[in-house]
Amino acid sequence: MSAPASSPETAGSDAAGPVLTARQIVHRRRLDGLGRGWREFRGNTPGVLGLVVLSVFALIAVFAPLLADPEGLKVTQAPGGVLEAPSSQFWLGTDENGRSVVTLLIFGSRISLFVGLLATTISIVIGTLVGLTSGFFEGWPARVLFRMTEWFLVVPFLPLALVLATVLGRSLWNISLVIGITSWSGTALLIRSQTLSIKERPYLERARALGAGRWHQMTRHVLPNVMPMVFANTTLMVAVAILAETTLSFLGLGDPTRVSWGSMLDGAFSVGAMTTRSWWYIIPPGVCVVFVVLSFTLIGQALEEIVNPRLRTRR
Amino acid sequence: MNAADAGPVLLEVRDLSLAYLTSEGRLPAVRGIDLTVAAGEIVGLAGESGCGKSTLASTVLRLQPKDAEVSGEMLLSGADVLTMRWGDLRAVRWAEASIVFQGALHSLNPVHRVGRQIAEPIRVHEESVADDEIETRVGDLLESVGLPRARARAYPHPLSGGQKQRVMIAMALACRPRLIVADEPTTALDVMVQAQVLHVLSGLVHDLGVGMLVISHDLSVLADVCDRVAVMYAGRIVEVGPADQVFSDALHPYTAALSGAFPRIGDPAARYAPSGLAGDPPDPRTLSGGCSFAPRCPRGVEECAAAEPTLVPLSPTRSVACIRVAGRATDEPDR
Amino acid sequence: MSVRFTTRAGSAARALDGVNLQVRPGEILALVGESGSGKTTLARTLMGLQRPSDGDVLVGGEPLGYSTSALRGFRRHVQMVLQDASGALSPRQTVYESVAEGIRLHHLVKETRTPEAELVAQALSDAGLRPPQGLFLRYPHELSGGQRQRVLIAGALALRPRILLADEPVSSLDASIRGEILALILRLRDTLGLGVVVVTHDLGLAWNIADRIAVMYLGRIVETGTTEEVLEQARHPYTQALLSVVPEIERLTPVVLRGEIPDPTAIPSGCRFHPRCPAVADGRAAAAGVDQDCRRTSLRVLGPAHEHRVACHLDAATDDGADRPPC
Repeated sequence: MSAPASSPETAGSDAAGPVLTARQIVHRRRLDGLGRGWREFRGNTPGVLGLVVLSVFALIAVFAPLLADPEGLKVTQAPGGVLEAPSSQFWLGTDENGRSVVTLLIFGSRISLFVGLLATTISIVIGTLVGLTSGFFEGWPARVLFRMTEWFLVVPFLPLALVLATVLGRSLWNISLVIGITSWSGTALLIRSQTLSIKERPYLERARALGAGRWHQMTRHVLPNVMPMVFANTTLMVAVAILAETTLSFLGLGDPTRVSWGSMLDGAFSVGAMTTRSWWYIIPPGVCVVFVVLSFTLIGQALEEIVNPRLRTRR
Repeated sequence: MNAADAGPVLLEVRDLSLAYLTSEGRLPAVRGIDLTVAAGEIVGLAGESGCGKSTLASTVLRLQPKDAEVSGEMLLSGADVLTMRWGDLRAVRWAEASIVFQGALHSLNPVHRVGRQIAEPIRVHEESVADDEIETRVGDLLESVGLPRARARAYPHPLSGGQKQRVMIAMALACRPRLIVADEPTTALDVMVQAQVLHVLSGLVHDLGVGMLVISHDLSVLADVCDRVAVMYAGRIVEVGPADQVFSDALHPYTAALSGAFPRIGDPAARYAPSGLAGDPPDPRTLSGGCSFAPRCPRGVEECAAAEPTLVPLSPTRSVACIRVAGRATDEPDR
Repeated sequence: MSVRFTTRAGSAARALDGVNLQVRPGEILALVGESGSGKTTLARTLMGLQRPSDGDVLVGGEPLGYSTSALRGFRRHVQMVLQDASGALSPRQTVYESVAEGIRLHHLVKETRTPEAELVAQALSDAGLRPPQGLFLRYPHELSGGQRQRVLIAGALALRPRILLADEPVSSLDASIRGEILALILRLRDTLGLGVVVVTHDLGLAWNIADRIAVMYLGRIVETGTTEEVLEQARHPYTQALLSVVPEIERLTPVVLRGEIPDPTAIPSGCRFHPRCPAVADGRAAAAGVDQDCRRTSLRVLGPAHEHRVACHLDAATDDGADRPPC
């Protein structure tokens, strides 16, 4: 079958249909694959539930200025009295500065989600690079990287995070960095073991027999086969990162100029909201964290089941 | 050994059919099989992937998937395995008939010692047997398959493929069954180890008088060790007869192709002339009404597509299901 | 291409313990042996995937270098078809991409000034898959076993090698379709002038398509010669035993060897086959006066010349004076 001179990859079709380039057809097949994945996901009820809840929170975070008045965050212009109980004006009451708790929650979602996603990105990037390299290469650089991974795995999160946060200073970027640095090792371990097993697969040996160098092997064979697991792992990592951010903010290490759910809990704690029974200040941020983390976890587990068929239960 | 020397009939398969019910529709795996195995006899079942032979093997002990559609009878010493009560079935499993599964390399539990795994069926079926007697019996079983008694204390991983296969055979003998089904016992084994395993199997039949059904895609192995051979294609039997005759003088075109795939060394006709069939084994979902082998058959004619040929006896010991061999199509209705 | 005296010591497991081999274009050589004989290691060493501990692989007289660029150049001349076709094709690549992988790695489009699709189609049709375009966009799991094997062969042919190494090319395929793949290999030898090394444990396969055979045992070649010489006039006791247990042979009494091939970490002294050798066991060696040699004296590595050669003390002793060079 002849090809038009311009595109070197034209494949003729079997039946008398439009002639598409090979790239287009591969693209279409990939979309089909995604479509199938989506249908499978839809069948997983907990996953869908998680997605719904997460979407709600995501919308709240994105449209925050439309839902609540940003001016309500300013301590100096607080509209309400101190620790007022919920009323028709303030649905969830006010904090110790007189700010509406609802406003704080809405804007707090932005910080929690932002830090969670940024920290996860940092963590995944470092973890994937280290995992791939220490799994694929041999020799002392790989061994050193693996030792580093083990070290970071073993060192307890909180002391390390406290030290780093104190040293780096309190800002959103630093907090994300701290969380990223303390959590990349789990991803690295996972990716390293995947890489080790993929490295021995026959199609890698075939690539070597064809003359592939290490870069080609890593990028064209190992990485695409590792990515699905990374993807599923990422969603779970976000949950961890959000919890970590909440913890650090609660301990007073978060950005002092921003409100997050963790800082709300810190505020509630330090003001003695428990003793004054100001439940509207303590419970809502905690509940929000739980819901977001749970939704990420459910989505992550659904994705893992889709990606790794061995985890599927027989229905 | 011919039919006159064989003992009582142990296994009788009557018009057995099995279809898997999958999300993609109904997959007929076995379509009307008749087979008998007598004591002291080795019967071979030849066929390639997808012909239904492993399905048949698992049905002997009612191990087929629960959602499979089964019809016909599977008689073990006269009792139908398919309709037995659960208690009777458990008693039959392993004590009347046992299976040496395909893929022995993966059938042994890596965390238990070999001796314990061989003893397991004995403990299940004969609870009253004392521990030291079990140990003696396990040692005897290992010796009967050509392994030293001390192997009972080993774990599976240091054993070679041939040794693991022999452990599986020892396990199949544990409760002194009268019928053994060996599913692909020599696949993935070297030629010399294969010879050792076949030696063990035929020795068992002659010494203990068990009946054996050997399933394999290697027709030459079956010709070597079996008394009778049945050839399966797409869920049906297409030829039956004495093993050496079926191999060296195949009547059905498929059998001829199978036996041609294992050339005789020293035969100048096979030099630089590999013989084989075009196409692929049939997909059970796409079977049309005619002969399932017709698309690949070198001797096919128009009438082949009309109806599935029935198994026609050409002599007391040989039958073929092919209209080109048995003469023109008979008037018998299609199954 | 020849290999001189290769030994591989990895925690003292001598997978290959002295091998001389020559492969010529237009010739099909069968490397026959059981598992543990070292045949796969030899094939991988010939392919450059394994470095020999001693000795070299010579390509056209020059030793093979192991830098990435030297290996890449080498891979244009020698290609390999791996065992297990279903594992060797990446499940995420279409047939087109699998075959094009080699083409892209070696920049063949620039070199031959032909469009990539045409090179892929040519390779696929050389491997017997016609019309090739229909298969471009299939994934491996959508193909039958025979088709996968042909795709693997096409991937190797796309580089226009002069030597093809096939490791158990048909052992994972159904019996009735083996003939097609073997016929393909013969055709490639005839039409493209390829030299082929087939690694197999199946003597019948060697009888079908091989010109020459080298029988391996525990890391050494024990007998070599043309197919007719080795299979019809076998002189080494191991070859004779192997032939006797092949089910289709009726003329030989089966000699079922006891035990299994020893572990490569514990190679027996003297002739490495002597613990299992039927000639030692039944006294023929003693009768010829060589049984002490069998137990104690190692045999020399067979040279790469092309007569019917055997590494066996008994054979040397009972040599009927024909001027064959000593082993």
